[in-house]
Amino acid sequence: MERDSVFHTDRLGAPRNPLLDQLPSYQSLLYRRKPSASGSTMRRGSSRTRLGSSSSWKWGQTTVARQHEEKHRTQTLQRPVRELPKPMAEKRRDKDQRLEQARDLSSWSQWRQSTRRTLRRLKEDGFEMLSNLELWRGDIHVIEGMFGTGILSYFSFLRFLVLLNFIMFLLMFGFVMLPIITAPHASGNTTFNHVDGSECSNYPSTSRRGLVVFHQHITDLLSGVGFLEQTYLFYGYYKVETIHFPKFTYNLPLAYLLVTIAYLFLSLIWIVKRSASGFKRKLVQDEDRFQSFCNKIFAGWDFCIVNDSAARLKRSSLLYELKTDLEEERIKQKIADRTQKEKCRIYLIRVILNLFVIAVLAACFYSIYIATNFSQKAQMTKVNFLLDLIYEYLPSIVITLANFITPLIFSLIIQYEDYSPAFEIRFTLMRCVFMRLTSICVLLVSLWGQITSCQEGNCVCGYNHILYPCWESRVGQEMYKLMIFDFIIICAVTVFVEFPRKLIVDYCDCGLAKWWGQQEFAIPQNVLEIVYGQTICWIGTFYCPLLPAICTIKYFIIFYIKKVTLVNNCRPATRPFRASSSHFFFLAVLLIGLALACVPVTIGIAQISCSQACGPFVNYTTSWEVLPRTVFQLPAGARTFLLAISSEAFAVSLFVVTCLAMFYIIALAGAHKRVIDQLREQLVMDGRDKRYLIQKLCQAQRTCAIRSTGSGSQSHSSDRVSPS
Amino acid sequence: MGTTASQLGKDLLSEYQRFSELLSKEDRNLTSVPMEKVLSLPELKSNPFRKRICHVFSTSDMKDGSLTFEDFLDLLSAFSDSATLEIKSHYAFRIFDFDDDGTLDGGDLEKLVNCLTGETEDSRLTPEEMRQLISNILEESDIDKDGTVNLSEFQHVISRSPDFVSSFKIVL
Repeated sequence: MERDSVFHTDRLGAPRNPLLDQLPSYQSLLYRRKPSASGSTMRRGSSRTRLGSSSSWKWGQTTVARQHEEKHRTQTLQRPVRELPKPMAEKRRDKDQRLEQARDLSSWSQWRQSTRRTLRRLKEDGFEMLSNLELWRGDIHVIEGMFGTGILSYFSFLRFLVLLNFIMFLLMFGFVMLPIITAPHASGNTTFNHVDGSECSNYPSTSRRGLVVFHQHITDLLSGVGFLEQTYLFYGYYKVETIHFPKFTYNLPLAYLLVTIAYLFLSLIWIVKRSASGFKRKLVQDEDRFQSFCNKIFAGWDFCIVNDSAARLKRSSLLYELKTDLEEERIKQKIADRTQKEKCRIYLIRVILNLFVIAVLAACFYSIYIATNFSQKAQMTKVNFLLDLIYEYLPSIVITLANFITPLIFSLIIQYEDYSPAFEIRFTLMRCVFMRLTSICVLLVSLWGQITSCQEGNCVCGYNHILYPCWESRVGQEMYKLMIFDFIIICAVTVFVEFPRKLIVDYCDCGLAKWWGQQEFAIPQNVLEIVYGQTICWIGTFYCPLLPAICTIKYFIIFYIKKVTLVNNCRPATRPFRASSSHFFFLAVLLIGLALACVPVTIGIAQISCSQACGPFVNYTTSWEVLPRTVFQLPAGARTFLLAISSEAFAVSLFVVTCLAMFYIIALAGAHKRVIDQLREQLVMDGRDKRYLIQKLCQAQRTCAIRSTGSGSQSHSSDRVSPS
Repeated sequence: MGTTASQLGKDLLSEYQRFSELLSKEDRNLTSVPMEKVLSLPELKSNPFRKRICHVFSTSDMKDGSLTFEDFLDLLSAFSDSATLEIKSHYAFRIFDFDDDGTLDGGDLEKLVNCLTGETEDSRLTPEEMRQLISNILEESDIDKDGTVNLSEFQHVISRSPDFVSSFKIVL
């Protein structure tokens, strides 16, 4: 039997038994890399199971087996030759064989095969073309080569957000702004919301008159008041009720509301779809350690690294990671050995520290609340340029300061809580996420408190129409200010902190440089930054329809800023962030942001009465009311259908059916798990059986051989026993 | 179709250019590039598995790790974005199988970990840590508990590893 793969060692310690080489499982593992045409290796078909070489199956290759082979081959879908792990010459031979076989088939199946092949090639070409059009492909490739896949995942996440914001902007633009803009050109008749002269619909103009000093324009630009307030940027400008085109009428308030719901839904579906692959794997790995060791060893090396220094850093980070994981295992062992008394003590400490964390969070939220109220009151009186700007941006400043201080506090106190290292990182991160995203909601709550509180107790129009004639535009302005300030902070930190730090570390040899060290690209903090910006965008788009466009441009610029600072100032983190779990982490945090963003938007649409002086919902009490009113105007059939769907009976029955489906799937998963465990045990047993039988066979052969050498007349019986 | 590639298509041009750059002027008529020249490719230069990669993809009779152009294409195809998980895991298994015996036993795993962490003395794990690590790996991946990881067990573990496809990639 021609064999070029080498099986020198025998795990059993006995001389190699040719029986083992004829086992079907061994045959399928043989390596054959003879480039020259070897007639003996007649590879049959290209189906998944590779049947063994026929030369060793001289007595096994009966007609029955061959018939079974043919049936197997034609039944299994032939995988394309490209997907077979064979050298090029063998693939070519396979292709020739297949073409010959194809010639034996009827013309119908030939045509079907060829169309299938062309369609598949078309699909692959399409995908390749799409991937060539991907934004920033070259830049990301360079980053990947220098820093590995951990940081790469951050940049591809950024790219995803740019695309998401761009699609949101297209939605808003296409359904809300485009009809207004094209109405005069397409001979459409716009009816505006009529002003009925009541005190609620009094909207004093805030545009500046007379000579305007230049720095007032800058204030206006940075805070969204003045000349920016009466533009497409804010909600108050869309005073259109319906647009009568020649063929149909376009209900703008309905479109505005539906687009808001649509972009939230679209974001949800896109994020879930993107995280589905990562989540599936997390669900499958139900063991404690999530196969982390195998993942780190077998998939540990980034083959795309081309830089020597990056390779060295990757090695050291892998070493650090392995040591940390091994130590964590030892710590887990130690934790499991804790006594009752120690456990009580540690739980007590944890309760106290968690109370402390809650107190810190409450203090931050209260300061945001105070700052917002103060800022709103101070915006009524103008002092001078700089002080006005600071009062405008006071909530943003307080939020940024809180987000800077709290992670330091959290990372300090987690050391006393005595968790395992990996859990420490995750828990601190969760606390920071919660802090960052909830601060926006606190800002909005305090703002709404201001808007719905009037001097006489009960507000006439449902909101404070004296101070806030158009409160949605004001909320939009606050969101706009948050976004601009966030962008300014990111740029300022890069320019004024990271570049000087690099210069100090490079050129100055003082103790400060040694203590501070070179900047590390901390992935979790950067991800939190951009998720924070995205949450602002989701909340603010209802009140400031052009916010997605601003966000797209902002993330576009941030990509280049981060790339420049990464390449010039940073070294890769010594605490590596695994790409897979980080992929899941990014999207999980983004989903939390989306969930938190839906709450203010829903309350703003459904609870608070919309302003009567501006915006598309002047004729309705709340923005949500436009939907029921439209439903009542539909024809009877559609109306009863929609009313039935939104009734309680339908909701309850849907809930019950979903619960039943969930219980069924959980039971199914439990049953599968039991079967898997049984099969595992069976595999172990079968392996032991096999080794035991082979040992016995070897023993029997050896005794036969000894007996045969002892008495030469029994030589032919050993031939019978041991096949060639 | 099916004939030897006497005429190279346009899409092979960039790979053929990279390949022929490796051949110096004197031995232009050689069909296979010696291993040292292949190892000087920037994509492979800092890779700890570069020698194994050459050995695995080489079809030369002398087993010296030299690559013909077709072997080079095989290499690129296996490491490309569009290669399936099965092809990648098959070749990864062969690359990690340092003694070429068809299974990953303790010695293979130890050499693998040392390749990953570094060559010098202080960048290696202590023997006790190595033992702990190898026993953890075998516990996670050895299904039939024979002390080695064979190809199907390896492919099973890889199919649950989310990082593998993105890290087992070389793009020219």
